[in-house]
Amino acid sequence: MTNFNLNGREVTIDDDPSTPLLWVVRDTLGMTGTKFGCGVAQCGACTLHIDGEPVRSCVVPLSEAEGRSVTTIEGLSQDGSHPVQQAWVELDVPQCGYCQSGQIMSAAALLAQNPKPSDTDIDEAMSGNLCRCGTYLRIRAAIHRASEMT
Amino acid sequence: MTEWSITNISRRGLLKGFGSAGSLVLAAQILPIRTLSAQETPVYGAAAMPHGTVNNPHVFLSIDPDGGVTIVSHRAEMGQGVRTGLPMIVADELEADWSRVRVVQAPGDEPKYGNQDTDGSRSTRHFMQPMREAGAAARMMLEAAAAARWSVAADEVEAKNHEVTHKPSGRKLGYGELAADASALEVPEKDKIRLKDPSQFRYIGKDMPIIDGFDITTGRALYGIDTRLEGMKYAVIIRPPVFGGKVASLDSAEAMKVPGVEKIIELEGGVEAPSKFQPLGGVAVIARNTWAAIQGRDALKVTWDNGSNGSYDSRAYRKELETTARKPALIVRDDGDVDAAFGEAATTIEAEYYMPHLAQAPMEPPAATARIVDGKCDVWACVQAPQATRVEVSERLGLPIEDVTVNQTLLGGGFGRKSKPDFVAEAALLSKAMGGAPVKVTWTREDDIRHSYYHTVSVERIEAGLDSDGKPVAWRHRSVAPTIGSIFVPDPKHEAPFELGMGFVDLPFAIPNIRCENGEAAAHTRIGWFRSVSNIPHAFAIQSFAGELAAAAGKDQKDYLLELIGPARIADLRSVDSLWNYGESLEVYPIDTGRLRRVVEVAAEKAGWGRELPPGHGLGIAAHRSFVTYVATVVEARVEEDGALSIPRVDVAVDCGAYVNPDRIRSQMEGACIYGLSLALKSEISFKDGRVEQGNFDDYEVARIDEAPREIHIHLAEQNFDIPPGGVGEPGVPPFAPALTNAIFAATGKRIRNLPIRNQLRS
Repeated sequence: MTNFNLNGREVTIDDDPSTPLLWVVRDTLGMTGTKFGCGVAQCGACTLHIDGEPVRSCVVPLSEAEGRSVTTIEGLSQDGSHPVQQAWVELDVPQCGYCQSGQIMSAAALLAQNPKPSDTDIDEAMSGNLCRCGTYLRIRAAIHRASEMT
Repeated sequence: MTEWSITNISRRGLLKGFGSAGSLVLAAQILPIRTLSAQETPVYGAAAMPHGTVNNPHVFLSIDPDGGVTIVSHRAEMGQGVRTGLPMIVADELEADWSRVRVVQAPGDEPKYGNQDTDGSRSTRHFMQPMREAGAAARMMLEAAAAARWSVAADEVEAKNHEVTHKPSGRKLGYGELAADASALEVPEKDKIRLKDPSQFRYIGKDMPIIDGFDITTGRALYGIDTRLEGMKYAVIIRPPVFGGKVASLDSAEAMKVPGVEKIIELEGGVEAPSKFQPLGGVAVIARNTWAAIQGRDALKVTWDNGSNGSYDSRAYRKELETTARKPALIVRDDGDVDAAFGEAATTIEAEYYMPHLAQAPMEPPAATARIVDGKCDVWACVQAPQATRVEVSERLGLPIEDVTVNQTLLGGGFGRKSKPDFVAEAALLSKAMGGAPVKVTWTREDDIRHSYYHTVSVERIEAGLDSDGKPVAWRHRSVAPTIGSIFVPDPKHEAPFELGMGFVDLPFAIPNIRCENGEAAAHTRIGWFRSVSNIPHAFAIQSFAGELAAAAGKDQKDYLLELIGPARIADLRSVDSLWNYGESLEVYPIDTGRLRRVVEVAAEKAGWGRELPPGHGLGIAAHRSFVTYVATVVEARVEEDGALSIPRVDVAVDCGAYVNPDRIRSQMEGACIYGLSLALKSEISFKDGRVEQGNFDDYEVARIDEAPREIHIHLAEQNFDIPPGGVGEPGVPPFAPALTNAIFAATGKRIRNLPIRNQLRS
C-alpha cells in the first residue's frame, strides 16, 4: 500500500509500487487530465507536481509519492482560477489541448520559483514540454501574462 | 490584428452557394490519372465528397424551452478550432446569443450530417454555406412561429439576439418560448432561405475564444485515450516490425506471469499492400491497466516472418529515387517546347532536393475503446474520419453498419495520422475476442513512430534553362515519390492526381516552356496523409530553386520570385490532364497569381524586406498556394559561427478568402511554422531491414520551445465575402522550410537541399 496526498485528499493505493505514477493517476484513480505522450520523460505531457516540484510522472514510480503531496492539473485550482490557467484562456493558447495540462503544470512550477521569468528562463523551464500543434509562442506570452497577474 | 486588402480579379459570389447533389467515393480520387468521358459532368467541392452536405436545422441545432441552444459539430476537432468555427456560423445566422450556445459532437453518421472526413483543410470551405443555411432556416422558423402566435404578418417580425420582436408593437418572445412551435413548422426550401447580409454578421469574422478552453486548461477535456468504461480492459499490441510481416513464433509464458495481465490474443498479420485501413496484426496483451499491458508486452517472446518488405532500406531507396529522377519519366504537364528551349538557353542550372519519410506524431498517440453488446458495437475514438471508421469496424466485425456507433472524442492532434482507423479496428477485434467486453487499445509512442502511415519520401529534381538575363525560358521538374495510392490500389507506379496537383503540376510561374515529369516509385511501407501532404516536398524544391536562380542571376530573392510568378492573371493550366485543384472547380477557385503576388509583397513589406541585418542574419522568402489558399512566409535566420541556428522573426501573409474565426487562422499559421520547423530542422524516419529505426521523441526529434522563433507575425488578408473560403489548417506548412533554407543561404551562402538540416550547418 502506498499513501499520499492527492490534490488535498489522502489516498491509499494498492498498485505495485514500481508502477509509474502516471498510470496510477490515470487508470487507478481515473483522473485523465494528466496525459501520456512518450513514456520516457521526453515530452512532458504527464507533468504533475510532487511537493510543488514538476516531475514527469511516466518515469516516477508510485513508491516515490509515499507520504508526499501530489498535485495534478485537476488540483491546480478548483475552478480554473490559477493565474496560469487564466492566462492560457485569455491568450487562447491551446489548439488540440492535449499537451496543455503538462505545459500548465510546468509553467505553474516555474512561476512558483521564478515569479518574473525572462524568455530564456521560460525556454529553459519549458523545453521538456513538446507541443506538436506549435503553441510555443503563445505559451511564452501566457507565462509572461500570468506573471503579471500574480 | 494586422489586416491588408487584396485585389480580387476572380470575383465569384460566395452567397450563390456551390452545392449540388452527387457523391464520389474516396477511391476515385486515388486512382491513376484518367480523362473524363464526354458524358461525364465533373462534380466539385462538397458535392464531390461522400455524402455531400446537409443543411437541415433539425440535424444541427435544437433549442430548449429555457432558450439554451445546442449546436452539433460534425467535424473532428484536432486543434484547428472547427468545434468553435462551424457553430459560430450557425449561431450567427440563427441570431443566437453565443453565451447561451452549447456545442455537442456528432457521432460518425454521414448520411445524417454530410461528409465528416476532417482532412484536406475542407471544413469551413465545404460547410460554411450549409451551416449558414441551417442557422438561417431555423431563424426564419422562429420568426414564423412568433408571427403566428401574434397573428401578424411575417414581415412585421424580426429575430435578433435570441428573441423575436414584433416591430410595430415592440412585443418580444424569447427563442425558448418559440422553440416548440418553430420546430413543428416546415423547414424552408433552400432557395427560400434568407441569409443575412455579411455586414450584419455578429460572430463570423471576429475573434472567438475556443469553446473547449476551460475544459482543456482544467484537465476536463476528454480525448480518445481518456475513455473509461465500466469493466474496461486495457490492451497494448506488439505489431510486426516490418509492414506485411506476421508472427512466426510466440511464447507468452513470461508475459502471463506479469501481475495484472489477463490474456494474450494473436491478431492476424501478413497484411499485404494495398492494406487500406486494415490493422497490422501482431499480439495483444490484455490487462487490468495500461502499465500491466505494457509490462506484459515487454515480456512476450515473438519472432517474425517479415514478408516482402524485410529488405526495405531507406538509404538504398534514396539512391533508387535519385537514379529515377535523373532519367526522363512520365510527362504530366508539357507547356511549349521544353527541349528546344533548353537547346537555346544561355545557361542551365539544376538541383536535387531530398525529403525523408516523416511520422505525424500527434501528442496523443492513437487510442480507441470498443464494446460489443447484443451484437452492436460502440467505439470511442480520436478519429478524423468517423464514417470511414464505422465502415472499417463494420467490415472487420461483419456487422451491419447500422449496428456500429462511432463516438467521436477530441483529438490530441491528428495531422493525417488519425484519418486512418486501423487502431479503432484493433479495439473492435479485441473486444470481440473478449466476448464483447470493453477494451481500450493504447498505442505507445514507439507504436506510433514505428507503425504510422508515413509521409512520402521524395527526390525532386529541377532544371532551368536561363536566357542571358538570368530569366528562365525552360523549366523541367521531376518528382519521384511513393504514392498514398499504394494503400488503396495494387502497386501504383505513379503519384495520384491529388498528389501531382499539390504544388507540382499546378506551378503558377510565367515560364513559356514547362515540363513536369513523374518517375516510378514503389512503396515499401504504408504511405499516408501528413499535414500539407505532397505540397511540402514540392514547395521545398520549387521555392528553394527559385532562391537558387535568384542568387545565380545576382537578383533579389523576392523580386525574382515575383518575376517568376509573373503578372497578375488566372494561371492557364489547360495542358494539365485532370488537374486536381483540391477537388474544387477552377471557376470558383482559380489559380490567381495576383493573390499569390500579393502575399509575397505583404509578407516582404511586413518583414521589412531589404532592411539592414546584423552579421550572421539573413532573410528568406517562399510562397505557395495550397488547399486553395495563398501563403507567403519570410523567415529571418541567424546562424552563429559554430553553426548554431536561431530564428529571430517570422512573417506570414495569408489570403484564405472569406474566413470565420481570425484568431484560429493566426493560431493555425503559428502552428504551421512550428510544424514546418520540425521537419526542416530535425525530423526523419528511416528504415533498415524493413524496420523503422526511430522509436520515440529522443530519436524522432521535433521542435521544442527553445528552438521556436522569437516572434511570429501573421498578416491576414482583409475579410472579403466575394471570395469563397479556402483552407487554413495546412497551407501554412509548405512555405516554411524553403523560407528558412533561403534565409540560411542569405545568412551564410550555404544551400540546404536535403532535409532535415540537423547538423549540416556545423562545419
